[in-house]
Amino acid sequence: MNAVALTTLGIEIGWGAALAIKTLVILLIIPTGALILGYVFLLKMMSHMQSRLGPMDPGGFHGWFQLIGDGLKFVQKEDLMPDGADRKVFAGAPAVVLISTFLVFLVIPMGPDLVVKDLDIGVFYALAVSSLSVIGILMAGWSSANKYALLGGLRAAGQLIAYELPLLLAVIGVVIQAGTMSLNGIVVAQQQQSIFGIDWIGNPYILTQFVGFLIFLIAAQAELTQTPFDMPVAESELVGGYHVEYTGFRFLFFFMGEYGTAFAFSAIAATLFLGGYALPWVDGDLANWIGPLVLFAKLMFVAFLMFWARFTFPRLREDQLQAFAWKFLIPLGLANLLVTALFKVAF
Amino acid sequence: MSTTEMPSAPDFELERSAMRHLADAQMNVELDTGDMILNLGPQHPATHGTLRLVVRLDGERVIAADPVIGYMHRGYEKLTEFRTYPQITTLINRIDWLSSFANEVPFVHAAEQLMGIEAPARAQYIRTILTELSRIATFVLFLGEMGLQVGALTPAFYGFRDREHVLNLIEGATGGRFHPNFNRIGGLKDDLPWGWVSETRQVMQLVLDSCDQFEDLVVGNEIFLSRTRGIGIIPGDIGTAYGVSGSNLRASGVDWDLRRDGVPYLAYPDLDFKVWTHAAGDSFARYWVRLQETRESVRMVLQLLDGLPAGPVMAKVPRIIKVPEGEAWVETENPLGQMGYYIVSKGATGPFRVKIRSASFSNVSILPWLLRGVYVPDVVTILASLYFILGDIDR
Amino acid sequence: MARKKIPGMIGGLGITFKTMLKPAVTVQYPHEKEEPPTRARGVIALKEENCTVCMLCARSCPDWCIYIEGHKEKRPPRREGGRDRTVSVLDRFDIDYALCMYCGICVEVCPFDALFWSPEYEYSEHSIARLLHDKVKLGEWMETVPEPEPLEVGAESAKKKK
Repeated sequence: MNAVALTTLGIEIGWGAALAIKTLVILLIIPTGALILGYVFLLKMMSHMQSRLGPMDPGGFHGWFQLIGDGLKFVQKEDLMPDGADRKVFAGAPAVVLISTFLVFLVIPMGPDLVVKDLDIGVFYALAVSSLSVIGILMAGWSSANKYALLGGLRAAGQLIAYELPLLLAVIGVVIQAGTMSLNGIVVAQQQQSIFGIDWIGNPYILTQFVGFLIFLIAAQAELTQTPFDMPVAESELVGGYHVEYTGFRFLFFFMGEYGTAFAFSAIAATLFLGGYALPWVDGDLANWIGPLVLFAKLMFVAFLMFWARFTFPRLREDQLQAFAWKFLIPLGLANLLVTALFKVAF
Repeated sequence: MSTTEMPSAPDFELERSAMRHLADAQMNVELDTGDMILNLGPQHPATHGTLRLVVRLDGERVIAADPVIGYMHRGYEKLTEFRTYPQITTLINRIDWLSSFANEVPFVHAAEQLMGIEAPARAQYIRTILTELSRIATFVLFLGEMGLQVGALTPAFYGFRDREHVLNLIEGATGGRFHPNFNRIGGLKDDLPWGWVSETRQVMQLVLDSCDQFEDLVVGNEIFLSRTRGIGIIPGDIGTAYGVSGSNLRASGVDWDLRRDGVPYLAYPDLDFKVWTHAAGDSFARYWVRLQETRESVRMVLQLLDGLPAGPVMAKVPRIIKVPEGEAWVETENPLGQMGYYIVSKGATGPFRVKIRSASFSNVSILPWLLRGVYVPDVVTILASLYFILGDIDR
Repeated sequence: MARKKIPGMIGGLGITFKTMLKPAVTVQYPHEKEEPPTRARGVIALKEENCTVCMLCARSCPDWCIYIEGHKEKRPPRREGGRDRTVSVLDRFDIDYALCMYCGICVEVCPFDALFWSPEYEYSEHSIARLLHDKVKLGEWMETVPEPEPLEVGAESAKKKK
């Protein structure tokens, strides 16, 4: 979203206005994304998978207003803090989780020129920043002065750190194939490369990196603490885990952080594996216009897969979780890396 | 000991040694890494009601567990001292509210035994059908709700959805979904409405489809298997020693079912059914046994519908029911386990004393033994697989 | 146990996907309502002209939620030359639905068929005290009492009560 993009649309702006627009996009995209994902998948898709309808009355048409109404309700609630809680840490935890989610969108390209800042180390930056939320979760679990929260926070710390590695390994395969860490560069590489000579669909890395895609999905599921990896938030055991003491707008931050992060990870997966905003035969200005829509569609597909698994499977126990990550996913990721490197060098 | 007075010499020595012991004790406490005492309940999603489980944890491992019950004690045995027999029948189906028809049966049976009356054959058959329907309703909910405790959100809704059909059947016959209040001393209140038999056949087919769905969704799921296999193993002899009964005991390999092995009651002697056991005794075995028992109950209901005799549903009983003096004990195979009523009658319109032996009370008594050394998530799995109802524990 | 050859987890995904595509089973109350069966125990209705103030229902209620008051009146004889008749007249017949267990003992015990079951269930109030319904309201509910339905094949038809 730099001045070049807007000049191609025929509008001249200075860098101050560009900065303002970029900030606005970052601030708005997470809540909007969280709302959309929450409504479509949590309220409607989950309900239909369970043979029920979900909200139908709020807003009149299939309850579209439900989440917005929930948000407004949370905002006007009393701000409670447990007596023994560490006030500053308690207040800071949801902010840390949310800020790390906002920062991911700095690098995700929605069109050839529609990116807030195209960093050369885009992928590295995105993964690094999204793992800041672990600190927030630990802060929440510790400062709540509640044994359940503490259990949940410690479980979360172990789980999230364990699943960072498979995430990284899955991504490295893509980076090797694309030859660059910049997300925009990866999208362009997918659009312009070809698979063994067939080039009318470009080279979406899901076809060659399907193992990596699966590992990424599983690791993303674990990073979001969604079933089957939702031990930290095991609702039928810990009644909410690390965010059990959070009410009102602080809980809203966590909720938005969870679905916003789901949005962010789906966007990253769509960019890395499905080709991002690019369609193979579209170039130039048209790509700038339909890029966001294409990215949105691919993102929803990835999110559909993640939420589908979430609503179907039971949860793994903490030690089984860890064993799955360390003994299965990481070796698989390393093997995938090896094969990708071999193919890259050989072909 | 006030500070203005100097203690005499022997007291001084005693006091100093006491203080030394105290200091040692305190140091021991401080050096101890401190187990955490966690209260699961009484308000907790995992405990199926108001059960409080005080566990002492070392990290995530349970060292000791102590169930604290009584939060739902409603004083049933006291209530029965001041009610007449028909009035008691309306109250006792609230003991185990999921399989409510099955609670009335042993009581009415015991009263009929004391009076020397036998309900006619059609009444026995309809009573058996309704008992098995309540068993199906309870178990279908279990199949879904254990999935929920293990973490899957969807099976619980399927359990409730499929249970609705059975509850509609019970409502069609008795007028109440959860509290049928259909048994009377001497038979049943009413006969079945028109079309009930064919409707029941359709619902039974639905229940079989639902069982298949649970088998695919839950039992076939590798995550579920890894969460439940080998968890909470109850050896058969320990289970019998603690008084565990019902599907929990059959899942430990003990081949005991009161419908076949106990004193014959209702229409069970006429039926041809299989008693399912599993040798493992873990949580998975308890789930599997209940799944098979649901299918077996469906077969039993279809057999009963085929063999339903015509005739009256009420024997000749006097207008005011006065049960002659005596004592009677009847125990039946309820969905949750073995339930029994011991009625002491002194010839009045109401019993003198009723003792209720409920299944879940004994099923829960094994928890301190069973929960040693398991992880916290496994505690939830074990509680779900034992399948107790708080009303049944506390009465 | 595995009737299909696909691994269990994929089969589970298939089931949730198929259920998602089927219509939901929810009945959207209050826009749509389900019909309760004929015998559903919704509320108790009173047919005042049949009541003889015998108090059997009030005595046999396990919760003692029926309050009855009546008085005796003298009526002229039915035929010339007969004695005066004493008739019990119902002054007050209240059922406290906050206490009522919906067990049906009163309906069953009444020797004069003055109490009936009705499947009506939408009579909730905003305060518990207003759940004490008097004989006028109980009489209004007589209109919702359904006809007793026929019994299943094999039942004896000689039943005095419904």
